[in-house]
Amino acid sequence: MSLWVAVLLACALAYLTKLAGHLVPPGKLEGRRVRRVTGLLPVALLTSLVVVQTFAATGGGLTLDARVVGLGAAIVALTLRAPFIVVVAVGAAVAAGLRAFGWS
Amino acid sequence: MAEKGGDRDPEGDEAIGLRERAARAAVQRQAWSVGVATGAYGISFGALSVASGLDVWQTVALSALMFTGGSQFAFVGVIGAGGTGLAAIATSTLLGIRNGLYGLQVSEFLGTRGAARAVAAQLTIDESTAVGIAQEADHHRRQGFWTTGWAVYLFWNAFTLAGAVLGNTLGDPRRWGLDAAAAAAFVALLWPRLKGRDAAGTAAVAVVLTVVVAPVAPAGVPVLVAALAAVVVGLWPGQGGRPGQGGRT
Repeated sequence: MSLWVAVLLACALAYLTKLAGHLVPPGKLEGRRVRRVTGLLPVALLTSLVVVQTFAATGGGLTLDARVVGLGAAIVALTLRAPFIVVVAVGAAVAAGLRAFGWS
Repeated sequence: MAEKGGDRDPEGDEAIGLRERAARAAVQRQAWSVGVATGAYGISFGALSVASGLDVWQTVALSALMFTGGSQFAFVGVIGAGGTGLAAIATSTLLGIRNGLYGLQVSEFLGTRGAARAVAAQLTIDESTAVGIAQEADHHRRQGFWTTGWAVYLFWNAFTLAGAVLGNTLGDPRRWGLDAAAAAAFVALLWPRLKGRDAAGTAAVAVVLTVVVAPVAPAGVPVLVAALAAVVVGLWPGQGGRPGQGGRT
């Protein structure tokens, strides 16, 4: 699948998901369990993305490098209630700084 | 809002008019400040997207057409990690399911039909929903939803383009810590949702599943397997608190 096809398919599905919510008559899909699972879905996916993005090695498997220190710094920024853009910048700056001093 | 004594003063209509104007201005301020704050991190999305191997136009297309930050970060994250297009689509779609639930909520006070409904659907994201449902009167809810939606759309797309162009001139993304920036972006998106036992339990199970699956599965698959954490914890018998509703994307 070409990257363009993937981009456009993903965009179409994102839009159809949004539209579906507007078209479903009120009162449907209100089951408590369904809501609980869908409410927790972003937590599961984002947690997994944090792990993958921090520890995934280029050749597959997991590894430890400057990213984990960047992540730690980002979490510290979050506990200090820093805004999103600052958290991201801190994570990048710490990892870049470590690499500038020769630690992968 | 400051409580003024003497609700039933002779100038009742005028007082209501003033109060209404002040209320509308307050919604407007809230909507635009959320729009600017959220839109600004489109710059990090733009830079990360080109660092993950998408070109500037694919990056711009994601912000204009997908227009839901969490799914966009996830899509480029999976591609950047070497995952297939299918894995990227599945991950971004799963993350976007909550927008469908937002649609259910906001359609109750929007009352849109036809083309307006089609546009409202595209603007249905964390921020527009949050500002909308935070208002008390339905006409303020509509104002909050629409103004926030358009403000975020405007700034998110403008900053995405800036970030993509900037990211293209940077060279090796690792040298600038852009791979760590992606991890930081995901943890920042996750943070406000980590409220309550259910959320913490889901996160813990997701970590275990990811660490177990990652060494043996192709890139992109571990994230999909980790989605099971939400199913396991969500269907677990017991009370459980409400999952975190806050959060941005």
